[in-house]
Amino acid sequence: MLKTDQYTINIGPQHPSTHGGLHAEALMDGEIVKDVVVHLGYVHRSVEKIAESRTYTQFIPYASRLDYLASHLPCLGYVQAVEKLLGVEVPERAEYIRVILAELSRIASHMIFVGSLAIDLAATTGLVYCLRDRERIMDLFEMSSGQRLIAAYMRIGGLSADLPEEFFPAAQSFLTDIPRMIEEYNGLITGNEILQARCKGVGVLTAEMALAYGVTGPNLRASGVAYDLRKADPYGIYDRFEFDLPTGKAGDGLDRLIVRLKEIEQSGHIVRQALSQMPEGEIRSKVPKLLKPAPGKEVYHRIESSKGELGFYLLSDGSEKPARLHVRAPSFINLMVLPLISRGGRLQDIITNIATLDPVLGESDR
Amino acid sequence: MVLNTAAESVQPDEVEQLAQHNIIVTTLEKLFNWGRARSFWPLSYGCNCCPIEMMASGGARFDIARYGYEVFRACPRQADLLIVAGPITLKMAPVVKRVYEQMPAPKWVLAMGNCATSGGPFRDGYSVLPGADTLFKVDVFVPGCPPRPEALFHGMLELKKKVEQGLY
Amino acid sequence: MGTSDFAPDKIWADLQQAAGVQFTVTLEPFFVNITVTPDDLVPILKVLQNRLGMNYLANITSVDYGAEFEIIYHLYAIPDNSRKLKVKTRVPRSAAQLDSVFPLYPTADWQEREIFDLMGIRFNAHPNLVRVLLPDDFKGHPLRKDFGKEEQ
Repeated sequence: MLKTDQYTINIGPQHPSTHGGLHAEALMDGEIVKDVVVHLGYVHRSVEKIAESRTYTQFIPYASRLDYLASHLPCLGYVQAVEKLLGVEVPERAEYIRVILAELSRIASHMIFVGSLAIDLAATTGLVYCLRDRERIMDLFEMSSGQRLIAAYMRIGGLSADLPEEFFPAAQSFLTDIPRMIEEYNGLITGNEILQARCKGVGVLTAEMALAYGVTGPNLRASGVAYDLRKADPYGIYDRFEFDLPTGKAGDGLDRLIVRLKEIEQSGHIVRQALSQMPEGEIRSKVPKLLKPAPGKEVYHRIESSKGELGFYLLSDGSEKPARLHVRAPSFINLMVLPLISRGGRLQDIITNIATLDPVLGESDR
Repeated sequence: MVLNTAAESVQPDEVEQLAQHNIIVTTLEKLFNWGRARSFWPLSYGCNCCPIEMMASGGARFDIARYGYEVFRACPRQADLLIVAGPITLKMAPVVKRVYEQMPAPKWVLAMGNCATSGGPFRDGYSVLPGADTLFKVDVFVPGCPPRPEALFHGMLELKKKVEQGLY
Repeated sequence: MGTSDFAPDKIWADLQQAAGVQFTVTLEPFFVNITVTPDDLVPILKVLQNRLGMNYLANITSVDYGAEFEIIYHLYAIPDNSRKLKVKTRVPRSAAQLDSVFPLYPTADWQEREIFDLMGIRFNAHPNLVRVLLPDDFKGHPLRKDFGKEEQ
């Protein structure tokens, strides 16, 4: 047998992949990956420390910047955590609008996932299709809050403003087009035999490994565990909506893609139900200008973000600023399994695995 | 009209007369700057929210290709525009510096977003640098959090003016 | 909520006997709260995992209380989600170390690294206790309340 040497290839942190500053150090034996050492922290913006010098309301824009691909979701998680801390009720109309924006964010995030997966596998056209369709969601966000990407639109106790009239027909027309979009992605991306060859059987994550490592979200569901916080531990008004939980069987990259495509459809169902059930009314309940929860009160609130369980731990010391804020970031936890699913594979599979685990480095590094 | 064809003797006011006879007189420097300004090759670099708007600007709706700037290169040796999109953290600073030094001259830097301009909302944290200009010379600052794709184009067109005039 | 599940004290008496240690239980609005001493942490978590089916460690958080650090573990059971447990323990600032729960919950790997990185609590028997978010040559632990004020 020929003797081979082990060598190291650095993937990132400057890399054409759009996942931000991820540094995966691959220890290779020829084409086979022996190990992957993940280095994080390139996007560490000291958000948890900054939270200790901001009031609860001032932190809302920072919460939105955690997961910037679906910025209403971390915003929702944070304001609901503070509302739990304070015992604040949210008006019905605001709850419905929150659900609509959260699910539209989920769809936008999954569209970026599909596009990023395509471009990471060097199919540039896939990204362009997904960005084109995502622009319609960006328009809806701009109509509601004035901001496309990071709309710090929610407030403690409700929303900052009501939805304008033009939002509703635009949203309905977007929902009508979702099946056509999914069909296009399936034809162009999912059904593509090169993508199938590069994703089928690649990066297999078993259910036991996923549960042991705390992997949640579509990655867990693709491994066969039908666990979604919107059903298992409903928050807000999610228990009023009917939707399915797509799951996979093999836990490989292709399953993670298919689960997310199906989730786009399910999120569309939820938005449709929310639009039809939404009542008229107030969009913000009365809360004091300066919020001071009782000292010593703590809360851990979790929501189903597009990446998995996004949790906010808040501790109050009686002042208007939190004594401690900790973000349980699903991307941070999900990336833990990257070395495990990449060992024994090939170098190009590391790229597929990073893409199909769908990390957002802003949330992972905070 | 009689012309002495020695290059040094073409006066600025004669340039216009020559143009009317379909003869364009210029310097190599001006010609290269004209070309450089119309085809920046940005480096695929970005951390955070701003590169998402950069991606959107490359999409079909905003279409960075109509300006000639769509050739995003992964390798710094082939790029000439470093768009610093997003905050530069302590861990990322040596990486960005190295990537900048690996780019061949002439090269330009566009600081996209509040974080790259001044540290942005994270300025009082312990891990974000107060702006890209602490590491290297920045040619254009594009404020915004994140700046819209149109704002990014405005910044790139300002850089185009700068480069055309040779002000770098 | 899951707290009504745990009203009978017998469950806790059984668990304490099985673990061979004592702990205090309080019912809070969203969680059942168990407070233990640092040495009893791993035996308690083992018993909770085996007997109560708490197979999902969602989150580990650390808080700086001045003289002490508090470390909080949020536990759930997948797929049965009716049980929500919070296990808390405190370590003194002068001896900020705790046993790692990685053997029981591999998800604690990077979460404990992050607590070591940002709060400076050491985890014994952790497979790879190095900084995860900050550069390796960074001095200090930023989430401590006295960070940056040490020089003053």
